[in-house]
Amino acid sequence: MSIVLNGITKRFGNFLALDTVDLEVRAGELLALLGPSGSGKTTLLRIMAGLEFPDAGTLRMDGEDATDRKPRDRQVGFVFQHYALFRHMTVFDNIAFGLKVRPRGERPSATAIRAKVEQLLSLVQLEQFAGRYPTQLSGGQRQRVALARALAIEPKVLLLDEPFGALDAKVRKDLRRWLRGLHDEIHVTSVFVTHDQEEALELADRVAVMGHGRIEQIGTPTEVYDRPASAFVFDFLGNANKLEGVVEDGVARLPGNLSVAVRGRKPGRALAFIRPDDITLAHAPDGPARITAIHAIGPTARIDVDLDGTALEVALPRTGLETLALRTGDRCRVSLGQVHLF
Amino acid sequence: MRVDRSALTDPAWVRVALTATALLFLALFLVLPLASVFVEAFRRGFDAYWKAITEPDAAAAIRLTLLVAVIAVPANLIFGIAASWCIAKFDFRGKNLLITLIDIPFSVSPVISGLVYVLLFGLNGLLGPVLREQGIQIIFALPGLVLATIFVTFPFVARELIPLMQEQGTEEEEAALVLGAGGWQTFRRVTLPNIKWGLLYGVLLCNARAMGEFGAVSVVSGHIRGETNTMPLHVEILYNEYNFVAAFAVASLLAFLALVTLVAKTLLEWRFGAELAATRR
Repeated sequence: MSIVLNGITKRFGNFLALDTVDLEVRAGELLALLGPSGSGKTTLLRIMAGLEFPDAGTLRMDGEDATDRKPRDRQVGFVFQHYALFRHMTVFDNIAFGLKVRPRGERPSATAIRAKVEQLLSLVQLEQFAGRYPTQLSGGQRQRVALARALAIEPKVLLLDEPFGALDAKVRKDLRRWLRGLHDEIHVTSVFVTHDQEEALELADRVAVMGHGRIEQIGTPTEVYDRPASAFVFDFLGNANKLEGVVEDGVARLPGNLSVAVRGRKPGRALAFIRPDDITLAHAPDGPARITAIHAIGPTARIDVDLDGTALEVALPRTGLETLALRTGDRCRVSLGQVHLF
Repeated sequence: MRVDRSALTDPAWVRVALTATALLFLALFLVLPLASVFVEAFRRGFDAYWKAITEPDAAAAIRLTLLVAVIAVPANLIFGIAASWCIAKFDFRGKNLLITLIDIPFSVSPVISGLVYVLLFGLNGLLGPVLREQGIQIIFALPGLVLATIFVTFPFVARELIPLMQEQGTEEEEAALVLGAGGWQTFRRVTLPNIKWGLLYGVLLCNARAMGEFGAVSVVSGHIRGETNTMPLHVEILYNEYNFVAAFAVASLLAFLALVTLVAKTLLEWRFGAELAATRR
């Protein structure tokens, strides 16, 4: 199912949570709403589920106006950040809930419900846990029960609020891969909220980056990472070095006598953003920069450089660092790869 | 030998002294009076006891007390659930005012609670003349007793449920709604099971108070023997007539009720302790 949001605005008291947001969720895709806390991403998700209603704007599901439709009539599956499992029910009853509460005419028979729940239990690999209560499960298991419960009603769209937020790093990574595999298998339109850029970039077909109640940019992970539309997006999607510079005659002059050719930009002050892995260093006793620290753990080494008073972070492969033979305190030359000016 | 010590462990004599003080206090002010009720009640043997609690006026008082409780407790059960539901699950203007209002019966003297109804519905009261014309009697009759009892036992269920429901939040209800449940289904299948132990607890306390209430009921009752006397009032009358055995016999029934309540409460905690802890989590 496709969801089209137009001009969605939502206020909580004086706080503008969503400011005329337009968004299209395409049928069958896995879309990430990525943003810092307070950016409005969860509110947007709750509006899609019908748990909040917008102050202005419209919401269409498969082309039909669904702005005022009640949650129970939307056929959405919602996975809550803290799972919200029914604590007095077993895993089996939790998953069966959505089927058992259907009106008599539409309710499947007890055997059909049992078969459906068992199928879902095997999908989330929790067959032997049917009789347990939520408190007897680990975080990752609860998460999968919540997912199975949401899928039981055969939703047309699956909404996940910080699905991996409450899990530890290892489980989080496993579950992420598993969820991607599941989506490739059942192809239900899915939207998930996250503040973790790595998670969004790795998992989603498209990423909508949100900030201050607006969508700053939407595109495939490669698009938003390689061609960020704003300083906010660049800053939020991974580590960023910020250099203040001045643009004149088609050239941006940056600290340490560095310059970058820019086209079609008006002269004046500018902010240059460079990713740590887009900077290369070379040994030079009279170079403009000095190495202040080297953190060489794992495959990538992080090097802190002082460039004429501006701190830079540089990422180099460990092998590259060894060939350069740089030490803390050495002077060096800096060359910049891709530079984004805003 | 390793001595189990922690920074929070006090010397032995402190622990012994504190425990002894607590136990002595308990014995002196709770156990002794309670025991003396039963001793006095059975002073002239079981036959006298039985006669005292089965004579017509006593039986009428027992019936009336049960009748009042049967009306007042369910009324406060429904009100308590409704009030705590709207306080815990919704945000609205005047919420703090409502919480304060619920606490009023705890903070005013029961006598005043009774007096309020006399002023409202009594012969010279605000609504008294109108009701008299219609032939409705509230004061010195069952309706007055029920009203006064409801007023006094108003907060028990709500006070028990509000913190519980606030702690549980609204996520499970939201999950139920998204899964397609209606309002009533959500209440019956999700909200009610989550609060059932707290609810039972509140009802037990509410019932104990409803049956034992003296002050408020005394003001509106009129003390008509066999008609508007509840058990606590009947005890007082008997006592004032120097009929000690009968007074203590009826009092022992009330004390017995309190003990049953206490045992029921303890049993619940013991039997469903784990589940209680889980729903409160």
